[in-house]
Amino acid sequence: MSTLSIGRGSEGDPGQTSEKTKAERRLAFMLCAPAVGAMLLVTVYPIVYAIVLSLQKVDLRFPEESGFVGLDNYAAVLSSDLWWSGVAFTSLVTLVSVAIELVLGMALALIMHRALFGRGLIRTSVLIPYGIVTVVAAFAWFFAFDPNSGFVNTLPGIAEDKAWFGDKWSAFSVIILTEVWKTTPFMALLLLAGLATIDEGLYEAAKVDGAGPVQRFLRITLPLLKPALLVALLFRMLDAFRVFDSIFVMTRGAQDTESVSILGYNQLISRLNLGLGSAVSVLIFVLVLLIAFVFVRGFGTAVPSQGGEK
Amino acid sequence: MQSRSTGAYLGWTAALFVVLFYAFVPVLWLVSLSLKTPATVSDKNFVPQDVTLDNYTTLFEGGLDSPLLRPLINSVAIALIATVIAVTLASFTAYAIARLDFPGKAVILAGALAIAMFPPISVVGPLFDMWRTLGLYDTYVGLIIPYLTFALPLAIYTLVAFFREIPWELEQAAQVDGATPWQAFRKIILPLAAPGVFTAAILVFIFAWNDFVFAITLTSSDASRTVPAALAFFQGESQFTAPTGNIAAAAVLVTVPIIIFVLIFQRRIVAGLTAGAVKG
Repeated sequence: MSTLSIGRGSEGDPGQTSEKTKAERRLAFMLCAPAVGAMLLVTVYPIVYAIVLSLQKVDLRFPEESGFVGLDNYAAVLSSDLWWSGVAFTSLVTLVSVAIELVLGMALALIMHRALFGRGLIRTSVLIPYGIVTVVAAFAWFFAFDPNSGFVNTLPGIAEDKAWFGDKWSAFSVIILTEVWKTTPFMALLLLAGLATIDEGLYEAAKVDGAGPVQRFLRITLPLLKPALLVALLFRMLDAFRVFDSIFVMTRGAQDTESVSILGYNQLISRLNLGLGSAVSVLIFVLVLLIAFVFVRGFGTAVPSQGGEK
Repeated sequence: MQSRSTGAYLGWTAALFVVLFYAFVPVLWLVSLSLKTPATVSDKNFVPQDVTLDNYTTLFEGGLDSPLLRPLINSVAIALIATVIAVTLASFTAYAIARLDFPGKAVILAGALAIAMFPPISVVGPLFDMWRTLGLYDTYVGLIIPYLTFALPLAIYTLVAFFREIPWELEQAAQVDGATPWQAFRKIILPLAAPGVFTAAILVFIFAWNDFVFAITLTSSDASRTVPAALAFFQGESQFTAPTGNIAAAAVLVTVPIIIFVLIFQRRIVAGLTAGAVKG
């Protein structure tokens, strides 16, 4: 229709270019300012404030004792067994749940990618765990494993009176199950999008050359999926490290199942010890930075910095 | 190509059933619990023997003072307001990033990504203190601000990916053909941008609807407590009755909108979730 006229409007007068560029930049800054401002207000400012609080004694139950204490709060946190057992437990939850999610997510992604029929049905069903409120998912599994009313203990091979939440490792298994159930679909969808970018011709060529399905997966799928895989792993690791909702619902940190986020919550909100709690918050932030750093530097994870640009 | 033998079909059918089983067992279990009578709630049967809707009706007894009505209103209002604001702000930013030439694009995208990975527990302490000073503690605004902020990265990435696909030159073409700038925007650009904006809105809504950490740390009463937080603090009718049936019923009620969303918009949700993460 009017294909010839496309682009006419963008032929600027050369003399006006710098004026136009300036106007464009001004508009861009105005458009970005509200979002950037909001993000700075709710993350950068509070984290700086958390650092300031962490250097003071601020206990809302004893407000008159407030004052600068230097690194005392950090010393207290870092020398407590509670913190280190929290770090160990959180790391274990992160590693185990993400490892299982990776295997299951890959299987799910391959199923969706190669589906002969019912692709829409599968996609709809896997989105349900993703969309469900985490607290709701935690209650569903909590009630399922609850020795008083849950159906799990009626299954063959499981002791009828097994108290799943009365022991660290059985509680750990249920927490892992909940995390894996809820987030495997997200992993699968990210991997599925990665699979879609692989050229089918490669598989045909490999088949012609006599490569079996296992060889094709190891030599074609995995190497080509590596960028998508690393991004998915990084996202999920950082997300798993913040585990809070399911533990809060199931054990509240009893039986040594305290994650670092639960620890921070207990100090900040239950004990109103803002100084000590802020030291915990800052240390969690440092640990998250460390994980991201290891991924980006260590594994060369290409963080999607140009969202969607091909 | 796949060999479409009977064996392959049987295999896929089995896989399909495994996936359906995986996704639906916990949901069906909650539905089952929510329908059980107090006498049978502990019978451990997957299928309820006696069916009642009492668990649902008691949630709303007493109107605004009922266990669920107020939190439900809070959840819907807070998630909707946060969604509208987040998507509006993200649209501005994404338009600038996709369409305009300016320094700092990479910094904004990297910063947004960093915030997407930010641990919320690291800011709840300071926010708790700040909100108490500013009078935002236990208010809608006190929750809307963190929700919209933590949802912005997701919305910006989704929208940038969508906006980059829009053939913007059509706008100029329409103007050359005699359309006013407003007409060109309304008739050409808006319909093309709407699916992306809508996708971002669904993702932000699900995020805000799901949050628990901010909901329990920045609220203290039903004035602004959302459903996930209210669920965690549910009390039985007396000290000795566990509110299992009521929690299950409330859990089913907050899951219904999500299931409807997923059924209607599954393609968009998948497109949005994977837009920023993989193409980059």
